[in-house]
Parts: sequence; C-alpha cells; structure tokens
Amino acid sequence: MSLITRDPERGARLVEDDPWIELDTDAPLPAAGDVVVPMARLAGVGDVPGRLGVRVDGSTDPEALVAALPRLSLIVVELPKFTDGRAYSLARLLRDRHGYDGSLRAVGHVLRDQLFFLYRCGFDTFDLAAGKDVDDALKAFEDFSITYQPAEDHDQPIWRRRRA
Amino acid sequence: MYQYDAFDQRLVEERAAQFRDQVVRRIDGRLTEDEFKPLRLQNGLYMQLHAYMLRIAIPYGLLSSTQMRALAEITREYDKGYAHWTTRQNLQLNWPRLEDVPKILEALAKVQMHAIQTSGNCIRNITSDPYAGVAADEVADPRPYCELLRQWSTFHPEFAFLPRKFKFAVTGGAEDRAAIAVHDIGIRVVRNDAGELGFSFLVGGGQGRTPLIAPVIREFVPELDLVSYAEAVLRTYNRLGRRDNKYKARIKILVKQEGPEAFARQVDEEHARIKDGPLKLTREDVDAFRRFFRPPIYEVLPDDEPALAGALLGKQRGFSRWFAQNVVEHRQPGYAIVNLSCKSKDLPPGDVTADQMDAVADLADRYSFGGVVVTHRQNLVFTDVRKRDLPALYAELLEHGFATPNFGKLTDIICCPGLDYCALANARSISVAAELTARFDELSQVYDVGDLHLNISGCINACGHHHVGHIGILGIDKNGVEHYQLMLGGSSGTDASLGRVLGRALTHDEVAPAVERVVLAYLSLRATDEEPFLETYRRLGPMPFKEAVYEPHHA
Ligand code: SF4
Repeated sequence: MSLITRDPERGARLVEDDPWIELDTDAPLPAAGDVVVPMARLAGVGDVPGRLGVRVDGSTDPEALVAALPRLSLIVVELPKFTDGRAYSLARLLRDRHGYDGSLRAVGHVLRDQLFFLYRCGFDTFDLAAGKDVDDALKAFEDFSITYQPAEDHDQPIWRRRRA
Repeated sequence: MYQYDAFDQRLVEERAAQFRDQVVRRIDGRLTEDEFKPLRLQNGLYMQLHAYMLRIAIPYGLLSSTQMRALAEITREYDKGYAHWTTRQNLQLNWPRLEDVPKILEALAKVQMHAIQTSGNCIRNITSDPYAGVAADEVADPRPYCELLRQWSTFHPEFAFLPRKFKFAVTGGAEDRAAIAVHDIGIRVVRNDAGELGFSFLVGGGQGRTPLIAPVIREFVPELDLVSYAEAVLRTYNRLGRRDNKYKARIKILVKQEGPEAFARQVDEEHARIKDGPLKLTREDVDAFRRFFRPPIYEVLPDDEPALAGALLGKQRGFSRWFAQNVVEHRQPGYAIVNLSCKSKDLPPGDVTADQMDAVADLADRYSFGGVVVTHRQNLVFTDVRKRDLPALYAELLEHGFATPNFGKLTDIICCPGLDYCALANARSISVAAELTARFDELSQVYDVGDLHLNISGCINACGHHHVGHIGILGIDKNGVEHYQLMLGGSSGTDASLGRVLGRALTHDEVAPAVERVVLAYLSLRATDEEPFLETYRRLGPMPFKEAVYEPHHA
C-alpha cells in the first residue's frame, strides 16, 4: 500500500509516515497518537490522546457525521469497487454543504485513473490499491489542465472562466 | 454552431493523450482488463462480437461539413469504409483496432470532436430535436442549453461512476421530436404564464428491460437554474440509485420506487442548497451560448418559388413524391428542411459509406450553409435549403443514395446492429429490416401508408427503440433459437406510449409476412385515407391486428 497526498501548494507526493492509527470496534485506545475509529464507534468514543478520525463508506449519510464534524481531523472513505461512485458525492456534500475542511482519504479500490476526479471532489489523500505503480499514480493529477465544472478545486464553471 | 476555444481544444487533446497512455498501460499489463474496461467504455470503446466498436460523439447531432469530411477520412483509414449512425445521434465504427484508437481520437480532436462519454455509466451524449433552430413550433432553440449541459457533464468529477448510464434529451418544439419521455432526463423548453423561459423536467423514463414513460418532476425550472437543477437530480441519483443489481440501477427504477413526488422533494431539497451557488447561470452566460447558434444569413426569397412549383407540376413523379415525403416546412420564407434518408435497399438502416459522407459534406456546403444534422431515427437533415434549389439537390441526393422517399414511413426503419455485430444480441435485426424493406418497397408505391414508424432491436436493451415504434420488433431467444416479438402502439412523440406485445413470438421467416398482414389490416381498417396507423390502433385496440397476424384465414 502506498499513500499519496496532494495539495495546491506542494502538489502530489508520497506520504512517508502516516501518523494515523486504525482501531477496530473494540481495540483499546492507545496512550498517544492520532486514531481512526469505525463509524459504529464514533458516537461512543470519548477523549482521545491525539486527533480523531473516522472510517466510513460511500453509503454513509453525511447527516450522520454532522454532529461529530468539529471533532474530526480525518474522514476515511472506503471504496469497495472503483466503479462505486457514491464516495464522490459524499465527499462533495461533506465539503460543500457541511463545510468540512479536515482531511479526506480514499481507501480500498483506489486506482490511478480515478485520482483526478477524487481530488476534484475534495479528497486529499489516497491509499493506492496494492501492487499499483506509485510513479504512474503521481502523474494522474496532470491528466487534464482544463476542467469545466465548479467543484472543490475551484468554484467557477468554464463558461465564466473563459470570459475572465 | 458551437466553436471550440483554446480551452475546449486543449481538453480534447489532453483526452487523446490520456487514452493513448491508458492503452499503453493496458497493453503492457499495468492495467488489467477489468480496470481498463470502464475507462475504454467512457471513451466509447466496446468489445463487440468480432472486434472493437468505437462510438464517436456528435453533440445534439450537429456536424459541420469539415467534421463530416474528417469522419469520412477516419472511416476510410481506420475502418472498412462504412460506418453507422446511432439512435443517440452518434456515429459508430465497427472495426477499429485498439492500437489505432488514440490516432482516431487525435484526428477527431483536430476537428473539435471526441468520443468522450459515449458509453459507460456516465452522462452520455445529449440528444435533441433535429429541427432545432428552424422548427416552426419552437419555443426557443434548445441547442445553447444542450451545449451548456454538454460542458457541465464533460468529465464531471462527481458523476463519472453513476449506478448506470444516463441519457439526456432536450426539445424546444411543441411537437416532441427528441423522444424526451423515454430518457433518464427529458427537458422541454417552456414559457410560464409570465412569459419567462424555463424547463419542464421529466425524469425516469427509459426503454430496455423496464420501459417507462418519464413523469414530470418539475413543471417549471427557471432558465438560469438549468445546470444546478440537473446537478441536484444527478447527485440524488448517484447517492440513492441501486448498485446491487444492474437491471435495477437506472434512475427510472429509483423514481418509480420512491414515487415521483418523493423523488422530486429530495431533488428540490438539494437544489435549494446549491441553486444560488456557482452553477447559477447569468444572463451573460446564456447569451454567450446563444450567440453560437444564431441563424444563418438568409436571403430574402418568395415563399412560393416558381421553379419549385414548375418541378412539382412536371413529369418528375419521383421528385413530387420525395418532396411530399422528405421535405418539411421551414419558418423562413423560401427555405425548406430536407430529410436525407439513410434507409435504402442497398445498405442496412443507418449505415453510410465514406464516399457518401464526403458527398454529404459537399452538398451541405453547396445547399445548406455547410451544416448537417444526424437524427435519432438514423437519418440526416439539411436544415436550410433554398426551395429553388430543391430539384437540383434532389437529383444529387438520388445519385448518392439519400433520396428514398420514405421519411417517417414504413421503410424508414430504426434498427440496431443486432446479431451481425453485437455481443448482447439474441437475434439478427439487419436481415429483418432488409426483408421488410424489400417487401414494403412495392406496397408503399401502391398505397399511401402514411406515417408509420417501424423499430427493430436485437435484444431487450432496446437500442432500436422497439418499445416506441408504432410497430416494434424485439429479438428474443427461445430455447436457443432466435425469435421475435411483435409490439404495436408505441410512440416516441408528444403523445408518447409504449407498445404492447401482440401475441406469441415469431420465427425469423414469419416476421415480414406478419408485419405485412398488420399493415394490410390497417389499410382496410383505417377510417379515412388520412388516419395514421397509430390512431387506427388506438381506436380499435390490438384484437383485429391479432386476428390478422395469428388467424389470417378468419380475418
Ligand atoms: S438492442 Fe441489443 S442487440 Fe441491438 S445493439 Fe442494443 S444491445 Fe445489441
């Protein structure tokens, strides 16, 4: 598994050390560190040693996350298959409608040719599916220099930008 | 028509480069076939029975003569010299090689064309009224809105992996020539009581396994909310549409299950949140798109053209028949709309040779301001022909095989590729069309059969629109043998309806005689010579036709 991140300032790069510790439903909290808990555990999790993250999938109703959003620094969205497009709408709703500005991470069946779209929908980190070429993947963000729709990377449609 | 600027041009070039890289990665194994498949589909590349098939996008069916020539060249260079107009106003190549596809995309990009989203579970090519811009019954030209939606939907990052494919059709006419009721979203341009432009949104129609007529989910979406409303519908569908069963994944199933009102409420809720965001159009935005579709500079001409009247009175019976069948009233005096029939005895319905494409380009330049429209009935249209040029144009169309006087008639058959090409087919469709054409060619010389739409699909996927044919023919598999269901009473017009199966399935050789019996029954049953088939059928119901087909001796 290789973790890739992209931000507007520094571009796309490999994440060398990921601080996040994944916990399952009943693993005890560690004494220190940033933890990611499953959705089922979110409501019951009390004080955590570091930052808090949650793991959901594309079928999650964003409304169910709203109450916890101020506490969350990471939302991990699982893509069961790369052709399951729900994660894209979930990401946009979290960013656009609910103003979430923490990190959004795509995990699961994450492939090079979807990275451009995932990024545009508000994901900033990508856990590339096992066995996939990282250098290939890092190039994915350069597939297009033109985009037509407003999304999470910029907020003007092409028909207004071309008059600018 | 719409002209690319530097942005649009760069996008299609980058697309060609991206696909070239994807093909390299597929060939060297970095992409598995499972991973490559959705990518090639989003670029219109299907695996058919014998080879790949490439579908080229023709937004709302509109082509310039330059584009038509490029298509001819591509068809010659990379295929076998003929191609096929589809019911989505696109063009299909049947024999391209995978390694040539990037080159084809580059050739297309040079003339502002592409194959983006012509297949796959994404927003497909947006179709419209072939008479857009010249129809006498038009509320407003739908093409500026089609182009807006085309740009919004092109590589929309959120909607590249929908539960299923998604088809838009937009019409601006009072009469529906775009079959909007059988689309995922059908949009009708309307004016409200205050005289403002807007859109009536029909959502959840479709053909295929579960044919449904779309309900109106909102009577009036204001003009400037067009794109935001479409986004709200798509977001609702992308989140809630079924993904566990591909036969239940189209938006029509969601709308049906939730009920149109409940579905509309969810869309409205989403729309309320985004409608004043960046997708809200401004007057300036819309005007910028409108400018691309301004009418050509017409000459001031008398409407009753003496040259035309002379030709009609003359001995040329062929011309008069063609004029009566294939030429339609234009709103500009002295001009006419000319339908070019791509249905003749010589080629399968909708097929066209590279030489014919070149001829069409040339005729478009000389007779119709260099433009041509592909229709969802798989024909072509010259929208702006001077009436005085009609006799000369007729002679040239005749020479190139486009003058069959059958527009909207029995032999103007819509037909999918069927078992001759398609991997999903149950049955042949081209051979059925050929037999029907041979059989009816003479009959329609003798009788004026009137408007009769005959549509043929080789399987339940309904690419040949059999549900909305006045007479529909569907290929099915019965214990491993190809059979055909006959359906009557469908319509894709303003009065859209779905055909109903008439009786037991027929063998291949029974189809043409059965259809002939239906037509003869109609001719003897129609109330007047003017009553079209659909009205006779609606008036009398299926019984007399059923008897004619299945118990011909009693009839
Ligand atoms: S209707 Fe069936 S046979 Fe015909 S083209 Fe479509 S999928 Fe193929």
